[in-house]
Amino acid sequence: MTILHDRPLAITLFLLFGVLILSSLIGWLLSRQVRSPDNRDTIANLNARVNAWWVMTAVFLLSVMVGPLGSVILFALMSFLALREYLALSPTLRADHRALLWLVFVVLPLNYVLVATRWYGLFAIFIPVYGFIWLQIRIALSGETEEFLDRTARIQWGMMVAIYFLSYVPALLMLEIPAYSAEGRNFALLMFLVLVAQASDVLQYVVGKLAGRHPIAPRVSPNKTVEGFFGGIVLASLLGAALYRLTPFPPLAAGLMALVICLMGFAGGLIMSATKRDRGVKDFGTLLPGHGGMLDRIDSLCFSAPVFFHLTRYFYT
Amino acid sequence: MLEVLIIGLVRLVTGAVGRSFGFSFEPPQQRIYYANHTSHLDTLVIWSLIPRDQRRRVRPAAAQDYWWASRWRRYLAEQVLHCVPVVRHRASPTENPLEAVEAAFAQGDSLIIFPEGTRGTGEEMQPFRSGLYHLAAKFPEAELVPVYLHNLNRTLPKGEFLPVPIVCTVAFGAGLRLIEGEKRDDFIARAQRALEGLAAL
Repeated sequence: MTILHDRPLAITLFLLFGVLILSSLIGWLLSRQVRSPDNRDTIANLNARVNAWWVMTAVFLLSVMVGPLGSVILFALMSFLALREYLALSPTLRADHRALLWLVFVVLPLNYVLVATRWYGLFAIFIPVYGFIWLQIRIALSGETEEFLDRTARIQWGMMVAIYFLSYVPALLMLEIPAYSAEGRNFALLMFLVLVAQASDVLQYVVGKLAGRHPIAPRVSPNKTVEGFFGGIVLASLLGAALYRLTPFPPLAAGLMALVICLMGFAGGLIMSATKRDRGVKDFGTLLPGHGGMLDRIDSLCFSAPVFFHLTRYFYT
Repeated sequence: MLEVLIIGLVRLVTGAVGRSFGFSFEPPQQRIYYANHTSHLDTLVIWSLIPRDQRRRVRPAAAQDYWWASRWRRYLAEQVLHCVPVVRHRASPTENPLEAVEAAFAQGDSLIIFPEGTRGTGEEMQPFRSGLYHLAAKFPEAELVPVYLHNLNRTLPKGEFLPVPIVCTVAFGAGLRLIEGEKRDDFIARAQRALEGLAAL
């Protein structure tokens, strides 16, 4: 329960719940006012999103409070759910079944065991080197050569994004940051990353809905606007700077780190939108009402976590 | 207890979501769910998506030569899923392969059947056998519900033992009944088209 003894974190959580309560109130008031069917759908979707946020916040906080193992298990489960959605949209052949079993039941758990045991040296190369090589061997051994490179590439990509990239979030717990880690505050850094990445998504959405005029990438993601991009990213970066007490960074560096998280998060959203467009779907799934699937929610996190981890590791450890 | 465990596992692996295309579980009535067959998980997935209070009275039809062949399978078929046996290899030409199935329906149970008769690869549906017609003719009050299972051929294909987690969607189509005077082949073709129509959705 160190979480509650960490003053900056306690204040952050207090404010977070304030924002959630406020969102629920605004959603409730809006739902009483709307008339046109179009707006009603938007508000219903907004309220579904807010409700899902309550659930996600609760699950996330409870897991992190359990301790490092709680975070590792939570993210392992998220990888599992993300992979389940990704595979549904990625055509593989009958011959790939065994390779997929390796991916889900061996590579995924081992990767998170390395995170839990804080074995950085092997964690960093386990999937990019050994996972990458072994899956290709296994697929080649199946004897099926039709679309060999396509199938292999699809499976490898899912492994990188849904397992390796995402596991960089709990991997933050193994960083040894002088003074900071000695006080056992790494989970506040994890909280910083998740809060900024998700706030950036939400603020881009909100600013885009309120003031969005010019699509930023009309062919990939028609709902993303220039106004939403700049507004959301500036606001979320300022939020990051304001949350500097959660981190080992001084305020300016916290703001810059937040900016990187936001930019990578935006890129992640764009990459995933392009992937969905390629597969002809709007969402990866229906797991989280209002948001879509697990991958729709964590796309920004997947791409910001590894960069944030390595920047922090390079400059602060 | 075992039921809850199995349903939990099936949901974890398949994340099965039911989508309705002109079908509703309400009001409860006797139905014959018929589906494409590519995996051992097919029955479990449909079963897990049927509302709990109706599930108790839904009996999957299962091949006797396979499901009653070992103790473990037999336990699963009889005790957990309450399957009814279908005879695939008749001892004599007069034997009715659907005898137990018809008896179950006559008792008031709903059914899950796979009119292809065996598991396919998932690429193309095999022609339906005539059992569906015999049931529709014998029980004109039954609602025949086409159920198309997506992706299960990838989750657990024929010949594999462990499933890969892949999100599966299950499309429930509008129920159909035998039209008076409809010929056997016409009805079978219509039922198969209704199911194939769901594949594209």
